[in-house]
Amino acid sequence: MTNDKPLLEVVDLKQHFPIEAGFIIKRQIGTVRAVDGISFEVREGETLGIVGESGCGKSTTVRSISQLYKPTSGSVTFDGIDMINASKDQLLDARKNMQMIFQDPYASLNPRMTVRTIISEPLEIYRKRGMLDESFTKEAIEERVEDLMERVGLSRFFKNRYPHEFSGGQRQRIGIARALALNPKMILADEPVSALDVSIQSQILNLLHDLQDEYGLTYMFIAHDLAVIEYISTRIAVMYLGKIMEISRSRDLYKNPLHPYTQALLSAAPIPDPVVEKKRQRIILSGDVPSPDVEREGCYFYDRCKYRMEKCKSNIPPMKEMDKEHEVACWLYE
Amino acid sequence: MKTKQYKSLLEVKDLQTYFKTDAGIVKAVDGISFDLNEGETLGIVGESGCGKSVTNLSIMRLIQSPPGKIVGGEIFFEGLDILKLPENELRKIRGNEISMIFQDPMTSLNPFLKISTQMVETIRLHQKMSHKEALAKSIQMLQLVGIPVAEEKIYYYPHQFSGGMRQRVMIAMALSCEAKILIADEPTTALDVTIQAQILDLIVELTKKMNTAVILITHDLGVVAGMCDNVCVMYAGKIVEKAKTMELYKNPAHPYTEGLIKSVPRLDRAHKGRLFSIEGQPPNVIDLPDCCPFHPRCHKVMDVCQHHYPPTKDLGDQHEVACWLYVDEKEFPND
Repeated sequence: MTNDKPLLEVVDLKQHFPIEAGFIIKRQIGTVRAVDGISFEVREGETLGIVGESGCGKSTTVRSISQLYKPTSGSVTFDGIDMINASKDQLLDARKNMQMIFQDPYASLNPRMTVRTIISEPLEIYRKRGMLDESFTKEAIEERVEDLMERVGLSRFFKNRYPHEFSGGQRQRIGIARALALNPKMILADEPVSALDVSIQSQILNLLHDLQDEYGLTYMFIAHDLAVIEYISTRIAVMYLGKIMEISRSRDLYKNPLHPYTQALLSAAPIPDPVVEKKRQRIILSGDVPSPDVEREGCYFYDRCKYRMEKCKSNIPPMKEMDKEHEVACWLYE
Repeated sequence: MKTKQYKSLLEVKDLQTYFKTDAGIVKAVDGISFDLNEGETLGIVGESGCGKSVTNLSIMRLIQSPPGKIVGGEIFFEGLDILKLPENELRKIRGNEISMIFQDPMTSLNPFLKISTQMVETIRLHQKMSHKEALAKSIQMLQLVGIPVAEEKIYYYPHQFSGGMRQRVMIAMALSCEAKILIADEPTTALDVTIQAQILDLIVELTKKMNTAVILITHDLGVVAGMCDNVCVMYAGKIVEKAKTMELYKNPAHPYTEGLIKSVPRLDRAHKGRLFSIEGQPPNVIDLPDCCPFHPRCHKVMDVCQHHYPPTKDLGDQHEVACWLYVDEKEFPND
């Protein structure tokens, strides 16, 4: 399924937010460096998982990619289009192929819209601008909505209902149907299963998996749950404080984590098996994630790393290719 | 006061907590029983709405009434029936002998008061101590839970701490009166994995040291596997399976437990293809018919499941399950 052509290419992406003070006259007193220079590519048909703790910049990354935030610097190339400098029309065209699924199935659906309006809204927007095929009449849209609902496991008879009439899992299905409406090439999923119960979570993961097989979708999938990420992804990027620490093939990451942060993260994730769990050695990281509002000269993980060296303090480690599919940013491997 | 000889620190017998709503009676907890021994860690697992939190609020008698009411059952703490105690007697137990940590440390600490005020208040309420002694004790507790520069940080307000630190403060408060039982209601759900590992380690270490029994409420099967001695699995207000942790994961008897364990992806196993999944939605607990509430989602459903609630069967070695699969066909009700 996967071929090596990158569908999305991100180079040195930075997303900084100003911290402002003052009541009438605003002045900037600092910067939150949410994403601080990351580069990666997503290949056609694969799933790139991004994992990290809260505040590491994973959500900001997908929002910058889809231009919901204007990136501070860097470049984002999607399907041959330079997203940052694209004109409004170009951007609209690109977004047709790049859709998002959000974390909170309660907040991401408009409570005043029926399921039909929610799912057909993307189609309507593109139809009004004449960016859809001629064949998309009102009836065709109606039919598409019904097909989509059935495809994601909702009965077509629910199309006149409002979001509050559905459970969390069903709402997430509505969100998925909306994302699929325009037949996108890529879906950016921002923690799509974090708010769901265990049994519902596996239903949604299976659905996303099936949809990928069926439509050849490319996913960028964000989660903080390592087991989920490992299950769904082809490759995984581990983020910390706005930087990518390690990128690896999914199946290699658990077996052979290289970065001290990845090692700690993996060892902290509980495994639902008491036999394994009672034998495991945990690496407990001390302290909390530091604030992202200072400019760093050294490794971003320096404060919490137990292997830190003199060199780490004042030199930012570059991404180093360990083998073809495994890159790590750590001076230990120099 | 009636005190009988007790064999377990806490005995919950046939507890029923109902909520009256406009739509009907919600049987949030419907006849559950379990024991908790000294120094034991008991896990209560289940999905949202299965009644795990209500169970523990009932133990503390913190159910808001109306709409909620404990309509039946008994809860013995050291042989004393909590449900029959007058309010002033109960206060000596609540927060003192049995204390609780909640999921969200931001909403369970008072944002207007300094940590020092909140901790001293708790300690002085239950123990005869001067303000100065209580303050010293608070600082000592904060040091115990690993808060650096505790003598300074105690004058902080809750918002000045990070989520993990706030949960540490909660633990320090909960254990400051040397409680015999600590009820932890999803203590790490709001936290990141690395912080979760810190907090869980802390709870294990401190409760071992103080010989505190723990009831851990969670939806995370991984957390249970690492921490608990025994586990109760709840579904729609009832305990469907109860076993030692090792046994439960090795031989899950109830189809729901089996489904839960299989539907979580595992880090340490290579897996591709589809995950096992329990189809359908958790049931609405309003006016549940008298059948097995899990039958619409069960992959081993039989005819009898649709009409009668299964009796609890003992499979030996403290492994109990409420499922018709383990009942002899001769014992099936005939109608």
